[in-house]
Amino acid sequence: MTRRILPALPALPALALFAAMPAQAQIFGDSGAFFGSGLGADTLQGASPYGNLIADDRVYMHGILNQNEGRFGDGSYYRWSGQAWIGNDYNRLRLRTEGRYNSTNNGKVDDGQHELLYERPISTYFDLQAGVRADIDDGTGRTWAALGVQGLAIGFWNVAVTGYASNRGHFALRTDAAYDLYLTQRLVLQPQFETNWYTKDDAGRGVGAGLSDIDTGLRLRYDISRKFSPYIGVAYQHFFGGTARMRREEGGQADDLRFLVGLRAWF
Amino acid sequence: MTDQPTAPQLGRRRFVQGAAALGAGLASGALSRPAFALTGAADPSVLSGTRFDLTLDRAAVNKTGTEDWGNTINGGIPGPALRWRQGDVVTLNVTNNLPELTGIHWHGIILPNPMDGVPGLAFPGIQPGETFTYRFPVVQSGTYWYHSHMSYQEQKGAYGALIIEPEGQPHIQVDRDYVVVLSDWMDGSPLVVQNNLKQMSDYYNFNRRTLGSFVSDVNQSGLGMTVAERARWANMRMDPSGITQPTAALYTYLMNGQPPSANWTALFRPGESVRLRFINASAITYYDVSIPGLEMDVVHVHGNDVVPVTVDQLRIPVAETYDVVVRPRQDRAFTIFAQDMERSGFARGTLAPRMGMSAPVPPMDPAPMRTMADMGKPGMAPDQVAASHPDRTRIGGIMPSKMGEVPPEERARRPGRARRTEAPPETQALKPGVELQFVAKTPTDRLDLPGDGLDHLMGQRRILTLADLRSVNPGLDKRPPTREIVLNLTGNMHRFIWGFDGKKFTEVGPIDVTLGERFRLRFVNNTMMSHPIHLHGMWMELENDHGEHRPYLHTINVKPSQQLSLLVTPLATGQWPLHCHLLYHFEAGMFRTLRVLPRSA
Repeated sequence: MTRRILPALPALPALALFAAMPAQAQIFGDSGAFFGSGLGADTLQGASPYGNLIADDRVYMHGILNQNEGRFGDGSYYRWSGQAWIGNDYNRLRLRTEGRYNSTNNGKVDDGQHELLYERPISTYFDLQAGVRADIDDGTGRTWAALGVQGLAIGFWNVAVTGYASNRGHFALRTDAAYDLYLTQRLVLQPQFETNWYTKDDAGRGVGAGLSDIDTGLRLRYDISRKFSPYIGVAYQHFFGGTARMRREEGGQADDLRFLVGLRAWF
Repeated sequence: MTDQPTAPQLGRRRFVQGAAALGAGLASGALSRPAFALTGAADPSVLSGTRFDLTLDRAAVNKTGTEDWGNTINGGIPGPALRWRQGDVVTLNVTNNLPELTGIHWHGIILPNPMDGVPGLAFPGIQPGETFTYRFPVVQSGTYWYHSHMSYQEQKGAYGALIIEPEGQPHIQVDRDYVVVLSDWMDGSPLVVQNNLKQMSDYYNFNRRTLGSFVSDVNQSGLGMTVAERARWANMRMDPSGITQPTAALYTYLMNGQPPSANWTALFRPGESVRLRFINASAITYYDVSIPGLEMDVVHVHGNDVVPVTVDQLRIPVAETYDVVVRPRQDRAFTIFAQDMERSGFARGTLAPRMGMSAPVPPMDPAPMRTMADMGKPGMAPDQVAASHPDRTRIGGIMPSKMGEVPPEERARRPGRARRTEAPPETQALKPGVELQFVAKTPTDRLDLPGDGLDHLMGQRRILTLADLRSVNPGLDKRPPTREIVLNLTGNMHRFIWGFDGKKFTEVGPIDVTLGERFRLRFVNNTMMSHPIHLHGMWMELENDHGEHRPYLHTINVKPSQQLSLLVTPLATGQWPLHCHLLYHFEAGMFRTLRVLPRSA
């Protein structure tokens, strides 16, 4: 299994780059640097005549690999889903990436969705996001414009809703939701739901119009530290309409229940 | 940790072994003299006189059993205790051997603005390799402290005690006199901590509500009440277990630079009076201090004598100083116990007749939970202390079967019963947004309550409150204030953004006042965190119903959804910081400049 997973890792160049960086290097804007820049006497309207000492606008950087797991069942595959962001409180770039390796048992990457989004807070808990999504894997490539919101909903649900428009006149919608239920201080049960919707069939990517699929999971993780949590769980996928039909034509099934083992990691 | 320091000079790298040498030095002296007399000028732990040379170094430090780096002052963490005399002019040569800019701030000291030591505001800072000379007259006396006011240097050890002997006969006469510097030490980089908090503001909370506490709350309070209570917090997207961040998950709590295992020890002879000058030099941690078996007379607060208040316990917020006098009569050891407000850990030392003694370390008190009163909604759960609280309470109030056990005065002290106040127009006008999570619709006056985690214990113990503080000397400025400045403490816990009036430091300009004018400063805390607000260069006189004997403070702790007011007279022109002294909060924007303009302007 491990040998099969390894070839998929190059699909995560950004996250891997992240992992290689020492934590200190992930934070930019050393406040000491301001003093060499010869700020004038009017800094902050006179609040700080010798230069700003408070780095409340510092650039931070984070990466989280929320799903980093092997899914076992009728044929096994590796699945990743992660996010990374860089920016200050108001302007951030966010990378979201997910995909599967060997899910059709032929050593190929599929369901590879990668998004690069500019993100800006619009309310206490929500950010507006705009950018591009590229479907890059062993299937037919697609490029989409993306617009969405991501944040913390009532009841501590982490949610993201993103709409997409492709240059071929296709529209799509994706929703994500996850919740952390603390069983103990370190044992956490995380239900997670993803849905994908498309306005038109796309045989090249094996998706049909309407609700295409739901991908849900229930993961039980143990936070050895906040940044390192092995987990086990189950994942259930169900395919609908045209997507289900295309899968059946290829010998697949409309639903898929799997046991999974993974390692959640922050960088 | 009991080793003596190794060779003092190893180039730029030195080993710092806590302050074990301090205790040992005290022990070797004659026992009948005051502690400070025991340490000569050659002892690096105490420096006295009018000329001081202080050197900051980046050095190898071991406070936790793992070698790490720290910012030492004259080779120590804490740096040397400085002893000045009121009426002297002091000269301090501060040499910066750190690889970055620094500035040493004399916390609570009245001085000219360029001597205040805040890089950017009052002076350009001390560049690496440079020496800056501070020189100013000492116009006050009492217990203070000093620390780096640059970036996160203070978190990594750049702080020390500052004691000013009064002119003439001291008001407080004791047999022994000890400095007790409390601090929170972390291995690693504070920048990583701030980074973690930006991603997950409860990163260091390992005291959160779980399925287990839900089940026990259901057993105690019933399913309906528990679900309703959980739903209230979930709707607000707030976690009542978040008291401080970070916690002992990151920190080792130090007493005079020593971890609990090293057991810093102060000596006494039975029957003597002992003054303990507590200084909270922590970046984040509030301490609840008690000495089981001894009552403490609080005699001196923030450098000013107060009418003694006898207590069993007192809370010391960040950056504040409280001097207590104890009179141990028995020939035995007493534990000086300083538990952190969230009950994740403690600093500990010992008062003993001889070195090498120790007393039992008490269990920590139950961990507090925030309540609806903290959220500016005191009416929603009238008697609630907290759910999941292992005392007499349950969600929604005291358990009826236990009602008889609860003294009436304790019932009256419940936070839900706190005096409600009307929010000033400036608060009512606030709107939640990116930098403002909630508005305290009904702020409360809780000067007569010690704070979350202690309020419900008032019937069982004597605990200091701000309402108890009465200055020995009447205030100098008898004029009534001519105007009021309202500052709303605001923030968004979720994004870890903090500020005043919904703005970070870099988003607004200064607050202008005029030299010598008399104004009222009103704080309303619109966050679920306590914030110790420090004003440089001038006193804040707390309006706590003691008339002209208002206590003079340099730092004021404002509890969640609390409203309080203070009177201020600016004493010198310049750029004076007004900020939350929680390091990670002020570095996230909870900082303002109070600009004192000359009268003619």
